[in-house]
Amino acid sequence: MAVDLEVVVVAVTKMTSQTEQAVAEHQLTHETSKASLTMLLASAGCALLAGLPNQAQASELDNWDFDAATLIYAESDSRVTAAEPVISATRNFDSETKLNLKLALDTLTGASPSGATPSDQAQTFARPSGRGDYDIKAGEQPLDDTFRDSRAAFSATWSAPINRDWAYSAGGYLSSEHDYRSLGVNGSISRYLNEKNTTITLGGSFSSDSIDPEGGLPIGLSAMAVPGSANFDQDFSNSRQGSSDDKTITDFLVGVTQVINRRTLMQFNYSISASDGYLTDPYKIVSVIDDSSGDNYGGNYQVNGQNLYIYEKRPDTRLKQALYWQTKYQRENSDIIDFSYRFMFDDWGINSHTLDLKYRWQLGDHYLEPQLRWYSQSAADFYQRYTTASDYQNVDEISADYRLGDMDTYTVGLRYGYRMAGGSELYARLALYQQQSSGSSGFGKLKEQALYPDTTATMLTVGYKF
Amino acid sequence: MKRIAVAAALIALLSGCADLGVKPWQRDILAQPEMQLISDPVEAGLDDHIYFSKEATSGGRGFGGGGCGCN
Repeated sequence: MAVDLEVVVVAVTKMTSQTEQAVAEHQLTHETSKASLTMLLASAGCALLAGLPNQAQASELDNWDFDAATLIYAESDSRVTAAEPVISATRNFDSETKLNLKLALDTLTGASPSGATPSDQAQTFARPSGRGDYDIKAGEQPLDDTFRDSRAAFSATWSAPINRDWAYSAGGYLSSEHDYRSLGVNGSISRYLNEKNTTITLGGSFSSDSIDPEGGLPIGLSAMAVPGSANFDQDFSNSRQGSSDDKTITDFLVGVTQVINRRTLMQFNYSISASDGYLTDPYKIVSVIDDSSGDNYGGNYQVNGQNLYIYEKRPDTRLKQALYWQTKYQRENSDIIDFSYRFMFDDWGINSHTLDLKYRWQLGDHYLEPQLRWYSQSAADFYQRYTTASDYQNVDEISADYRLGDMDTYTVGLRYGYRMAGGSELYARLALYQQQSSGSSGFGKLKEQALYPDTTATMLTVGYKF
Repeated sequence: MKRIAVAAALIALLSGCADLGVKPWQRDILAQPEMQLISDPVEAGLDDHIYFSKEATSGGRGFGGGGCGCN
C-alpha cells in the first residue's frame, strides 16, 4: 500500500510540473491536466479508502503464530514418566520484528537411580526428606521412588533489526518447581555481511538458580543416616547444612551462519559456559564397598552392622566449551537433509560427541521425517560407580550419577506432519531413546551385580501450529 | 608437483568461497520455514530439555543454561 501511494505521489508531482510548463502555452492543456490530476488524486484516495477497511478488518490474531505441543516421555521399568505441554505464541510486527512468548509445564513421576549399587542383600535407604524409608530387593537397582515434581517455565524473547546490517534479540526466562527456581536473561546481536549471505552472531546469557531440596542440603561425603536406627534424627540433622543454596550460569556464544548456495545453509558456533555455585545433586548417594578380603569382599561396607552410603559431592565450578556445526540442504525433489555435529569438553574431564541427522521426506501436503541421533560422553574425573572402605575417607569429590559416567545414547525417531490449507500444521513424533552406560565391573560379590543397566524411553510428541 | 597440486587445491577452495551465497532474488528456498536452522523451536526446546536432564552436555546450538533442577 505504501509503495502504491509513493508511485501515485511521484506521478502527481511529475504531472504538476508538466502542467506548470504548459500554462503559458495552452490553457486547455492545463484544464486537461487538472482534470487528470483530480482523477489521479481521486483514484489515490479510493485506493487509500479501499485499503483501510481491510487493515481494520484484519484481526489482531492474524499477527500471531501459535504452536501448541505435548510431549509424553516414559522410561521402561516404571522409571520416570513425564508429561510436558508447551504453548508458544509469536507476535509478528513485521517480517523481522517479533515477540515470542512460551509457557511450558511439566510433571514428573516415577523412580530415579539414587546412585547406590545393587547388592546381593536387600537394602534400605532413608528418603531424601528424612521422613520414612524405602527398600530395594537383593539384585535390584536402587531407585528412589519418591521422585515427583511439577515445573512451570515461562520465557519471552524480542527480536528486531537495528538497521540494514544489524539485528538484535533480548529475552528473559523464569522457571519454578517445588525445590528449584531459575531466573535468566539473554541477548544477542547479529551483523549481516556479504548481501546477508553471512551472519555473525554474538550472544550472552546469565542465569541465577536457587535450590531448596527436600529435607535440606546434605553435606557432601557425609554418611546417610540409617533408617530405623536409634540416632536417626540426630544423624540426619548432622548430615545437613542449611536448607538452600544457589548457582549462576554465564554463557557466551559466537556463531557464523553462511548461505552456501540456493539450497544449502551452514552454521558454526563456539560457546563457553561457566557454572558457579552448588552443582551437586542433593538426592544422589554413593555406595561404600567392602574391599577387605573375606566373606563380604565386594559387598556393602558396614559400620555398626549397617550399610554405609555417602552423599555425593561435585566441584563448585564447571567450565564447558562446545563447537557446533549444522548443515541444512534441500534436494531437487524438495526433501531436506538436516545434519549437525557437536563437540563438547569441560574442566570436569567430560568430552562428548553428538551427531544428529534428520531427513524430511516431502510428500505433497504431508511429510515424513526419520531422525537419528547418537551421543557419546566420557566420564567426569570424579565419577566413580562406588567407593571402597579404604578409599571413601580420602575422596574430595565423588558422584555415582550415571549421567556423569561413560555413556552412549541413541535416539531413533519418526515425525509425521500434515500441512493444511491456510498454513496450519498438525504433527506427531514418536522416538525411542536408549542410554548405554559402561565402566569397571567391580570386584568380588559386586561383579555379579548389574552396575550399568541400560535405560530405554519412549517419547511421543503431538503438536499443532496455527 | 605436490606443491602445485596443493596450490591448485587452495585456489579452487578460495575461489569456491568467493562464490558462496546467493543473490536476494534466489532466496526462495532458503526462505521456507522448513529450511530455517531451527525449523521447529518447540520440538527443539523439548529435545533440549530431555537431553539436558539425561546427559552431561547441553547447549552448543544455543545457550546451555540451566532452568531446571533435573541435572
